[in-house]
Amino acid sequence: MAITRDEVANLARLSRMSLSEAELDALAPQLEAILGAVARVSEVAAADIPPTSHAVPLTNVFRADVTRPSLPVADVLAGAPAAEEGRFRVPRILDPEE
Amino acid sequence: MTDVSGTPTSAAPAGPASGRTDDVVRLTAAATAAAIAAGELSAQEATRAALDRIAKVDDAVHAFLHVDADGALAAARAVDARRAGGEKLGPLAGVPLALKDVFTARGMPTTCGSRILEGWRPPYDATVVSRLRAADVIVLGKVNMDEFAMGSSTENSAYGPTHNPWDLTRIPGGSSGGSAAAVAAFEAPLSIGTDTGGSIRQPAAVCGLVGVKPTYGGVSRYGLIAFSSSLDQAGPITRTVGDAALLHAAIAGHDPRDSTSVDLPVPPVVEAAARRDIRGMRIGVVRELSGEGYDAGVQAAFTAAVEELAGLGAEVVEVSCPHFTYGLAAYYLIAPSECSSNLARFDAMRFGLRAGDDGRAGAEEVMSRTRDLGFGAEVKRRVMLGTYALSSGYYDAYYGQAQKVRTLISRDFAAAYEQADVLVSPTTPTPAFPLGDRVDDPVAMYLSDLCTIPSNLAGGPAMSLPAGLAGGLPVGIQIMAPAFADDRLYLVGGALEAALDARRGHPLLDEAPAL
Repeated sequence: MAITRDEVANLARLSRMSLSEAELDALAPQLEAILGAVARVSEVAAADIPPTSHAVPLTNVFRADVTRPSLPVADVLAGAPAAEEGRFRVPRILDPEE
Repeated sequence: MTDVSGTPTSAAPAGPASGRTDDVVRLTAAATAAAIAAGELSAQEATRAALDRIAKVDDAVHAFLHVDADGALAAARAVDARRAGGEKLGPLAGVPLALKDVFTARGMPTTCGSRILEGWRPPYDATVVSRLRAADVIVLGKVNMDEFAMGSSTENSAYGPTHNPWDLTRIPGGSSGGSAAAVAAFEAPLSIGTDTGGSIRQPAAVCGLVGVKPTYGGVSRYGLIAFSSSLDQAGPITRTVGDAALLHAAIAGHDPRDSTSVDLPVPPVVEAAARRDIRGMRIGVVRELSGEGYDAGVQAAFTAAVEELAGLGAEVVEVSCPHFTYGLAAYYLIAPSECSSNLARFDAMRFGLRAGDDGRAGAEEVMSRTRDLGFGAEVKRRVMLGTYALSSGYYDAYYGQAQKVRTLISRDFAAAYEQADVLVSPTTPTPAFPLGDRVDDPVAMYLSDLCTIPSNLAGGPAMSLPAGLAGGLPVGIQIMAPAFADDRLYLVGGALEAALDARRGHPLLDEAPAL
């Protein structure tokens, strides 16, 4: 199972991590080794076996739709990297060229 | 400490009223609470003794990331005042505890061992923390862990590794290595850890302690910063089975704030731990969790512990769980897949680190720079691996197949429990390895979790308790039980602990060298 450096760079982009060249170089063989080790799940998982996503026998857990007090805005914003006028202040999300 | 002579000291509880730090910190949680209830010791004395011990040994052990001395002493004062007022206190009232830094605690730094959360103080308490406070347990502070609970050695912490109190050059296990080291170094009689693939049981095993992963859904995950949501479970790390049962009972039970929390009565763990009668119980030794790759000393200590169980009147049988050998592979697809999704919340927008926000860079660029700076190597590896396993074209071959293996492992357990009431195995294939040994070899590091992962995948409860020593280092025996039969762990564990302690003449931890 070969995993190319380009694939690693694409994974980094999808994962929103601006990895250095050195990190990309190191990760390619590591991911390949791990994927080689985990690929053996295919040896036993036949088509007629249902998948398990979760170990507890629970589906569709609902609660009553009643209003409850939430945390004060000041408490929530206290941990924010930047806040303004009672809101999270974030970097621009649109490209100014568009 | 007191044993400058090298003589174990814990056998001599010289009267907690003496107030001597060394005696107080060596009391079990149950004995500490009993002394406080009887007025022989105050909660403040117990807390000060723990804080003194931390000041004395934690430079060498590095279990704690944050010590909240003022908060702990204030909580202890409140317990003492209520006792003075005639109030009847709970079975853990006034007992100090070290909290894994994966739980939110209001106003207390919560890092998850990561730079990305450095300096963050959560605005709310995890349910586990609320329940500890309601039980009058004294939270001393936060203890070290592998970043986001990904690791088996605490070497993945952004704040430096924790050292094993048995041998400071060795790993304390992980990811709850700070929890185990704090308890083994007598900095606290109690700790809460979390276990996604063995992160409570493996550190407990290599530090000579009791560690329990409750049934998935048994303890609320609200405020437990998620790594792999379908596997994560919080539980106790303590020196005795009885203490683990008291802590388990204090934190377990349904929580409407966690939709995966199960609305069932908490199994009678405290009663089970005290019963010590396992005559006629069927103990299944898992054939696949032995053999190649298992240290000879580990095998010997495990086999001796199983013989002890037979001597107590249990019926020992061998069971086969053929798909357990695929557990590790399935785990290292499922856990990274879930983590790649869970860790998307660290986006530099609402809390934690933000890097590169120079007024010109856009949100995605800031996010990418922040995650590069804020995450360590193992977290990056797993996020990338999970992103790969979930991407279209690979999903069926990796994540989908891993979920099928999960079904096969659950079926293996179900078949084994037809023949046995509990299953047993070594907790880890080897004792604690030297710090640095496996840092550059992720696949070798992952082998630490070989025996513990099946219980996470199937959801059942499991305990590790001290079986003996191999080359002077602790070895754990793992006991596994069917989902929601957590009390069976305590029944078997309590009986085995009593028998091994009696044979040895003292608890295993007495043999740890003085710090």
